[in-house]
Amino acid sequence: MKSPLPTLDRAEIHRYSRHLILPEMGVTGQRRLKGSRVLLVGAGGLGSPAALYLAAAGVGHVSLVEFDVVDVTNLQRQVLHGTKDVGRPKAESARDRLLDLNPHLSLTLHDTRLHAGNALELVRDHDLVVDGTDNFGTRYLVNDACVLAGRPNVYASIFRFDGQASVFATADGPCYRCLYPSPPPPGEVPSCAEGGVLGVLPGLLGTIQATEALKLLAGIGQPLVGRLLLVDALAMQFRTVKVRKDPNCPACGTRTIRELREESFACEVGAPVERVPEITPVELAKRVLRGDALTLLDVREPHEWEITRIPGARLAPLSRLAEEIQRLDPAREIVVYCRSGVRSQKAGLQIRAAGFPNVLSLAGGVLRYGDDVDPSLPRY
Amino acid sequence: MSVQIRIPGVLAPLTGGQTALQASGATVGEVVADLAGRFPRIAGKLRDARGEPYPYVVFYLNDDDIRFHSGFQTAVKDGDEIVVVPAIAGG
Ligand SMILES: [Zn+2]
Repeated sequence: MKSPLPTLDRAEIHRYSRHLILPEMGVTGQRRLKGSRVLLVGAGGLGSPAALYLAAAGVGHVSLVEFDVVDVTNLQRQVLHGTKDVGRPKAESARDRLLDLNPHLSLTLHDTRLHAGNALELVRDHDLVVDGTDNFGTRYLVNDACVLAGRPNVYASIFRFDGQASVFATADGPCYRCLYPSPPPPGEVPSCAEGGVLGVLPGLLGTIQATEALKLLAGIGQPLVGRLLLVDALAMQFRTVKVRKDPNCPACGTRTIRELREESFACEVGAPVERVPEITPVELAKRVLRGDALTLLDVREPHEWEITRIPGARLAPLSRLAEEIQRLDPAREIVVYCRSGVRSQKAGLQIRAAGFPNVLSLAGGVLRYGDDVDPSLPRY
Repeated sequence: MSVQIRIPGVLAPLTGGQTALQASGATVGEVVADLAGRFPRIAGKLRDARGEPYPYVVFYLNDDDIRFHSGFQTAVKDGDEIVVVPAIAGG
């Protein structure tokens, strides 16, 4: 089975001295950390603090799965990366920071997406998984791979001001599917890019994931198994609710899930299957200049309208679109836009269903309008 | 029965900004129906068109998952607390 625990050299004993004098951790706990392998999926908001604390704490080996590139809008919360890293692969940026933090760390980078073809092998090769992904599809994949491989899934997720954390897929505990048998339909829950997130929130939750991972690896304390921690950062309330193992769970109960499947949950807000025709920003600008009878509707929320807007538009947030539709002029063609062109499709369908056949959605939203027509518009 | 129902901040715009509300009913389902009646826009976020819970919105009665009791038919008593926990995936 497991090889004997690695020993600590002089430099390591010095570095980890504040751990070593904790009776619960001690030399044995620290050697367990050194002898362990963690698979970290995602080096974003949750993965940043998780990776930093796991590396600092002396986990022997970390494998990082991350294919994304550092964008300036990541830096509000993804503290693993810096301004100098914008445009670099996150995996490389993470490597530089983590090895600077702790040169004793052994690190493997997987500059790829986690998918049904690689997930099980990757999970099997590690002691536990820290799920720092940002979409439902990968979360179910991580969970099912953990159940199949018998490795704990140290879970957290965040949205706006709310966070959740738990430890799934231990030998006797429930799994993610026990809690949420199936995900919301695409479009029901906005992504962080669409819905926003308080920058420090993944810091809180990712640090909780690191805490749980370190406890499991060192064999100390009571892990967050069978419990879901709920964090409300606005009210600053922490609450723990019970999660039970579902005997009918297809992953850990009946075990009908025997192999991994790529589930086609949209990562971002899913575009509806039915669509209204699109108009490009350049075409829109041409038609406005020509004086065409167009009604330009901005279906974003008022706080987004405050950040940036297209001149001549009227605010009609998706959340109260039904009222706004009453005021539309049926003689004019309607162009709807949002941030990136997803919500405007939803709005377009709603307007069309209300009896206005001439609806167009602005392709790429206000972001692409900024790129293609008016670069002075702020991006967000 | 009067119970407190806590909804996540993301749904607060549908209840006039409140995340902790008082509602009444003899079962969790009746409490949810009472809330949905007063704030119609939240109805579709809490239950489907047939009035059943979604698999991705979990209801806790006094910190225990109602699916392991009688779901929306689970009886409530005065002073109970219901917490609504939708699946989120951000990272
Ligand atoms: Zn399960």
